[in-house]
Amino acid sequence: MRLGANLVIGGALFALAIFVGLLAPWLAHTDPVMDANLLNAEEPPSWIWWFGTDAQGRDIYSRVVHGARISLTVGIVSQLVNSVIGVTLGLTAGYWGGWWDDFVNGLTNLMLAIPSLIFALAIMAVLGPGLTSLLIALGLTNWSFTCRIARASTLSLKSQGYVQAAKVLGYGDLRIMITQLLPNMVGPIIVIGTLGMGGAILAEAALSFLGLGVRPPYPSWGSMLSEARDQITTAPWLSIFPGLAIFLTVLGLNLLGDGLRDVLDPQSRSRRT
Amino acid sequence: MTGPPLLEVEDLRIDLNYRSSQVAAVEGVSFRIDRGETFGLVGESGCGKSITALALIGLLRQPLSIGAGAIRFDGREIQSLSAAEQRALRGNRIAMIFQEPMTALNPVSPVGRQIAEMFVLHQGKDWREANRLAVEALASVRVPAPERRVKDYPHQLSGGMRQRVMIAIALACGPDLLIADEPTTALDVTVQAEIIELMRNLCAERGTAILMISHDLGLVANVCRRVAVMYAGRIVEERGSDDIFRASAHPYTQGLVDSLPRLGSRAALGRTRLTEIAGVVPAITDFPDGCRFNPRCARATDVCRTTEPATTLLGAGGLVRCHHHA
Ligand SMILES: Nc1ncnc2c1ncn2[C@@H]1O[C@H](COP(=O)(O)OP(=O)(O)OP(=O)(O)O)[C@@H](O)[C@H]1O
Ligand code: SF4
Ligand SMILES: [Mg+2]
Repeated sequence: MRLGANLVIGGALFALAIFVGLLAPWLAHTDPVMDANLLNAEEPPSWIWWFGTDAQGRDIYSRVVHGARISLTVGIVSQLVNSVIGVTLGLTAGYWGGWWDDFVNGLTNLMLAIPSLIFALAIMAVLGPGLTSLLIALGLTNWSFTCRIARASTLSLKSQGYVQAAKVLGYGDLRIMITQLLPNMVGPIIVIGTLGMGGAILAEAALSFLGLGVRPPYPSWGSMLSEARDQITTAPWLSIFPGLAIFLTVLGLNLLGDGLRDVLDPQSRSRRT
Repeated sequence: MTGPPLLEVEDLRIDLNYRSSQVAAVEGVSFRIDRGETFGLVGESGCGKSITALALIGLLRQPLSIGAGAIRFDGREIQSLSAAEQRALRGNRIAMIFQEPMTALNPVSPVGRQIAEMFVLHQGKDWREANRLAVEALASVRVPAPERRVKDYPHQLSGGMRQRVMIAIALACGPDLLIADEPTTALDVTVQAEIIELMRNLCAERGTAILMISHDLGLVANVCRRVAVMYAGRIVEERGSDDIFRASAHPYTQGLVDSLPRLGSRAALGRTRLTEIAGVVPAITDFPDGCRFNPRCARATDVCRTTEPATTLLGAGGLVRCHHHA
């Protein structure tokens, strides 16, 4: 089987981000928060300071490396929450139908009508800034696509022989959902989840940029961009490197999502077997 | 053995509910199956065989519903059981296998797991034990190298193998009744015979009764001791399998028998041509008055066109629903 270029490049970029995040303490040159030294303030990139330093003399390279941890945590955790909510709602709505389906549909349409960033902003305003509120806000606001996919898959899978057979064999609703329906829709759910992860990383950047996300001095890519705002002309490296990190990670996730779609698509799958 | 019969269907009516009206898709259907007995239900496509089977296991869903009558399994009325009690019967005491072995298995789950699930679900076994029993179950349906096969996914198996797996799943919990709805139509003829033979032997060994549903009278009569023939939602004749060939009483049954290619008795009488029953099955919304077979019946008279024939008992537990039965 030939793997698509999307899958390979996207997978490599995402794997790199994960690798950096996991090994951050060993890859970083200095402590990203504590090692401020005004003597080294605003050094441009060089052999000593790979990505330059900021106004407090902190090493940008080390901060970007540590920022991977926060950005990836936000991306992965919030998207997991979204997937769980979306799949639970979509699967039960499609399976049971009736008033529950109407309710879930209404809720999904409502969520789609309000831009999720605005919604997340509102939640952050209530919960206050910080990583935990960020995870909650982003985890609660981006499940509508997953929900729609799960519902649509359920509706088409419901009439499959093996779902009917499971009823005849005495499976309860929950068992049917977990053994017959869920495993047959993981493909599209993973694709949507991968793309959603990229979206969550961007949303974290945006919220942190607005000062609502991760609070300084802890480095997230978004909060670094936010802090670099005023020096964009005098010290562009302060924005370029965290910006590049976001760009490459999100690009990687989008390519990975597309690549997975090609692989997991039922039609291309049946072509292989 | 005394006690109630295993399955008793009494005057069953199944309604097809439209928005504003309602028609009976199945009406006045009665039969009983004793423990370990083999019983066949035969009829043309659309006559109501499958929905009757679904009614038996409590799985009719809108727009279909039970309109009247009673279904008693082991003396207990199915309709009066709670949803959980019905579920505990399904797959456990009443099992069913279908026409399509291609689609009745979950494509993303190894077949062994799908068999093991039955032991976990109905007998409360842990997965270790259930997996061990699954290998045994697969061996019992003569699948070679069952300890390796349990790990296979459905698409790795041939149609015949898949139907064996279905039988293993259906018989896993040692049901009292196996409903086989066209179990072999999707398979080629040699595999068909193997599967039927396997099913019959396993059920005979275990004392499992069979309700076999098919449009193929020859197949059903071969497997079952008694056969009921359905036409347009009604049972028109019920006989012992031997009687049905020797002396079918209903014109429709006679038509079915004459349309069977057979070696032996009939060939000995000379080269009779295979005959088909002229005409088509009436649509469910458009059943004729009187006897529903009258537009296609050579023996029909005026009374057939106005009056629904009553059930007449024949000797040896047979019955027929015809004004002018043989
Ligand atoms: N879900 C449904 N909605 C509406 N009508 C239905 C439904 N299921 C069955 N019917 C109708 O009920 C009648 C009996 O159907 P059933 O499936 O029992 O036929 P059958 O005898 O099993 O035929 P076949 O040999 O084709 O399987 C048919 O006229 C069919 O159109
Ligand atoms: S009742 Fe009349 S129409 Fe119906 S099968 Fe008998 S003879 Fe034919
Ligand atoms: Mg049918």
